[in-house]
Amino acid sequence: MTATVVARRPVWSRPYLLGGILAAWILLWILFRGQATLPLGGAELTPLHERIGQAADAIDNSRNSNPLFLYFINYIRLFIDEFVTFVQALISRPSFGRPVPVIGWLGVVAVATAVALLYGNVRVALLTAAGFVSFGLLGLWEESMDTLALTLAAVLLSLAIGVPLGIWAGLSNRFNRLVGPVLDFMQTMPTFVYLAPLTLFFLIGPASATVATMVYAIPPAIRITAHAIREVPEATVEAGTSLGSTPWQLLRKVRLPLAKRTIVVGVNQTIMAALSMVTIAALIDAPGLGKTVLKALETLDVGTSFNAGLAIVIMAIVLDRATSAAGRRVETAHRAGRARGRLWRRVQVSVVLAVTAVLLYLSYVYVWAAEFPKEADIGSFVRKGADAASEWAQANLYVSTNGFKNLVTYGLLNPFEAVLTGSPWWLVLLVVTVTALVLATVRVAVVCAVCLALLVALGLWQDSMVTLASTLVATVLVMALGIVVGVWMGRDERADRVIRPVLDAGQTMPAFVYLVPILGLFGATRFTAILAAVVYAAPVATKLVADGIRGVAAGAVEAATAAGSSAWQTISKVQVPMARSAVTLAASQGLCYVLAMVVVGGLVGAGALGYDVVSGFSQLQLRGKGLAAGLAIVVLGTMLAAITKSAARRADAAAHGRP
Amino acid sequence: MSVSRMVGPRAVVLVAAAGLLASACGGAKVGESPSGAGSAAPAAKSCGALNLAINPWVGYEANAAVIAYVAEKRLGCQVTKKDLKEEVAWQGFATGEVDAVVENWGHADLKKKYIDDQKVALSLGPTGNKGVIGWYVPPWMAQKYPDITQWKNLDKYADLFKTSESGGKGQLLDGDPSFVTNDAALVKNLDLNYKVVYAGSEAALITGFRQAEAQKKPMIGYFYEPQWFLSEVKLVKVDLPAYTEGCDADAAKVACDYPPYELDKVVSKKFADAAGPAYQLVKNFTWTNDDQNLVAKYISEDKMSAADAAEKWVEANPDKVKAWLPAS
Repeated sequence: MTATVVARRPVWSRPYLLGGILAAWILLWILFRGQATLPLGGAELTPLHERIGQAADAIDNSRNSNPLFLYFINYIRLFIDEFVTFVQALISRPSFGRPVPVIGWLGVVAVATAVALLYGNVRVALLTAAGFVSFGLLGLWEESMDTLALTLAAVLLSLAIGVPLGIWAGLSNRFNRLVGPVLDFMQTMPTFVYLAPLTLFFLIGPASATVATMVYAIPPAIRITAHAIREVPEATVEAGTSLGSTPWQLLRKVRLPLAKRTIVVGVNQTIMAALSMVTIAALIDAPGLGKTVLKALETLDVGTSFNAGLAIVIMAIVLDRATSAAGRRVETAHRAGRARGRLWRRVQVSVVLAVTAVLLYLSYVYVWAAEFPKEADIGSFVRKGADAASEWAQANLYVSTNGFKNLVTYGLLNPFEAVLTGSPWWLVLLVVTVTALVLATVRVAVVCAVCLALLVALGLWQDSMVTLASTLVATVLVMALGIVVGVWMGRDERADRVIRPVLDAGQTMPAFVYLVPILGLFGATRFTAILAAVVYAAPVATKLVADGIRGVAAGAVEAATAAGSSAWQTISKVQVPMARSAVTLAASQGLCYVLAMVVVGGLVGAGALGYDVVSGFSQLQLRGKGLAAGLAIVVLGTMLAAITKSAARRADAAAHGRP
Repeated sequence: MSVSRMVGPRAVVLVAAAGLLASACGGAKVGESPSGAGSAAPAAKSCGALNLAINPWVGYEANAAVIAYVAEKRLGCQVTKKDLKEEVAWQGFATGEVDAVVENWGHADLKKKYIDDQKVALSLGPTGNKGVIGWYVPPWMAQKYPDITQWKNLDKYADLFKTSESGGKGQLLDGDPSFVTNDAALVKNLDLNYKVVYAGSEAALITGFRQAEAQKKPMIGYFYEPQWFLSEVKLVKVDLPAYTEGCDADAAKVACDYPPYELDKVVSKKFADAAGPAYQLVKNFTWTNDDQNLVAKYISEDKMSAADAAEKWVEANPDKVKAWLPAS
């Protein structure tokens, strides 16, 4: 930092200002503690909550008398139902008068492997084959196929809607601005809030489950497609224009081919989002692995739910690797052009297709290829192993885990929460707004003030502050873990290879699977909720940090090493500062993921907004409050996103502005 | 180079496929042996379909399993089970997708909405199971501190129940979100030095009690019976001021125990009007807490499938089942 920087912006004063704000806050907190904290008991409602509940009732009652609405929704429902049922008939359900699905296990494995081979590579094809066979070995073939059918249907429909909308958002700035907040809303609104109303419109069945999944899976499809279209270099588009291309030609011949690789990333993210809804959709009778997990939770059967969770993780990893490989292939094909042997490729394709056709036929005709042999079962071992591990941990680790929990709770969470919830609401609003003014822009400060005022209006101020405190503590832990492990992975290729599957598992294993063990270890506490959030959010942050560290120019690292820097100096002075924008991105993504777990937190003792949402889903008279709590989570997300976005912008500017 | 690398695996696949083809010749064909794939339900002309909601707890599932088993095997109905939370299940009465809910815990709000206002459902009377809601402690505590089961003594032990969540007071672990709770009001009105902490799920409550008993840790919390977990750890109920008719009329002023629940069956109006054999079965169905606990134990502890558990119980209790069947 040289004098020029200081002259441009009084950076040095910021820490003092912040320190001053903090000191003033503590002082005022001591003075006004306990006043205007706006508490609201578990079963208490405000008039607003009652009105929201009544409004929801009114919609319920008009369902039968609103023909336009009903017919429109009904046709969508019929279409989706038929579509999903058709896919199920193909791979998961006895159909067309047969006692088994049209395509047996061998056929499904063959098709999946062939697709992975043709669009990806041999390694991914082998992984796919092994993954699909493992569904059968775990004893969950039919459930896995139900999940796959539902996921595939939801993903296809999401892409059919999301990609065109994404292209539109990529081309039109106005539409992009319009759709952005809607997508934010769809992604942060807890599913529990709209699950019950969905079954009212789309009835109980595949359609509701598919729509619930799509609400969560469409946003990445739209966002990433738009981003891909925008990324196409302006010069290329201009060249096309100057050659006299029409807008349509520009799109088809220039923009889409260049954006293809990034759009594949969008497909990948859409699939992951859809898979993360498997368990929640099971609450409204979605068939598949999610049901197995929930059923097992009723009897606290850790082994069975772990077994099903494992199948979900395997499915996610297979689909992730396959689409990623397809994306890389698109890229190499794009770079290499179409030079290499088309004839040879054709031979390859025909051989693969022929073999697949044969296996398909076998699985249609013969029982051994249609039904996965029951004798080949490793599921019972997995179940027993998981049971034993969970019981051992709960019996033996309890004392040390309890100590750790108390350390974090008393040392970090309780003081922080005491200040947040003990301060009068106007004080928190004041502090946050002034801090945003100092750290960010006037616009961000206004957003923060409005959001906090909205929390007051929603009648859930204190619950929101409790949730905010846990969310921030969880994010701090996520970042601590993310930076440590991320730096390690970024510096050590071998560590990366070992840790990455673990991260994938943490991200895709449904939280319902590990609820029981962590409840056993940490009890129904806010800390347990924080832990669940860390398990889910740390992988994303870690991967982003690792990618950022690896992206640091090798030259800079070598120069530092040559200058005699120790490993620690290289990390702290070169690699982390230069990966700063990746670290900020990791923080903002980590925060999003932590917020996504607020509701799960409500299931394990976090109370506050998460519990409000869950009980609103379960009890009719609390429905209005549950909806309001869902909105409060969205509002919190909006506020935190505004702050982290502006911080990311500053980090970017700092990274690029440096000499 | 990459070309030559790709030949290998493909050749392997080809050979493997050929092998499979060769070995396939002896295999059984789909449709030839119907024994292999599920039992085709007997022609269900007289009974028709029964859409049974499955609410997410084991006791409910025990009721539903036995009813479904009898409906399928004795009456030849086609039973579709739908896994749904209570509120969504009741919505199904309105949309015509759920015929019966076979263990209902009170739910005055849902009854008002769907039975009184929308008139799409009706109660078919008690299942015979008696529901109890209250505050429970693990058995080791009841043994060590015998007077803890009287609410008046609770304050004496409040210190034992302090946790990281309860802010210096005793912790009362509450909150299966599906159940109505007056506990916050109760603590206030009985002037107890406790704080209600919302666990948020049945799994959290059960895990809490299980650990409390295993580690001999103090715990007091909201629980209910019949519940399969009580056959594993026999929790002891704490006596609150006795329930009298109407003492819980004003939710904010409650200072008495929860009322005893007569668990009942609720069916859709449409299903009742059709009055088929399945309706008769649901209407006649009653059994005792012991019956339910037994089937629940088969499912939860013995890890039997719902259908197997039902079969085992039905085979052992032919007289009870006979009484439910429609007189024909």
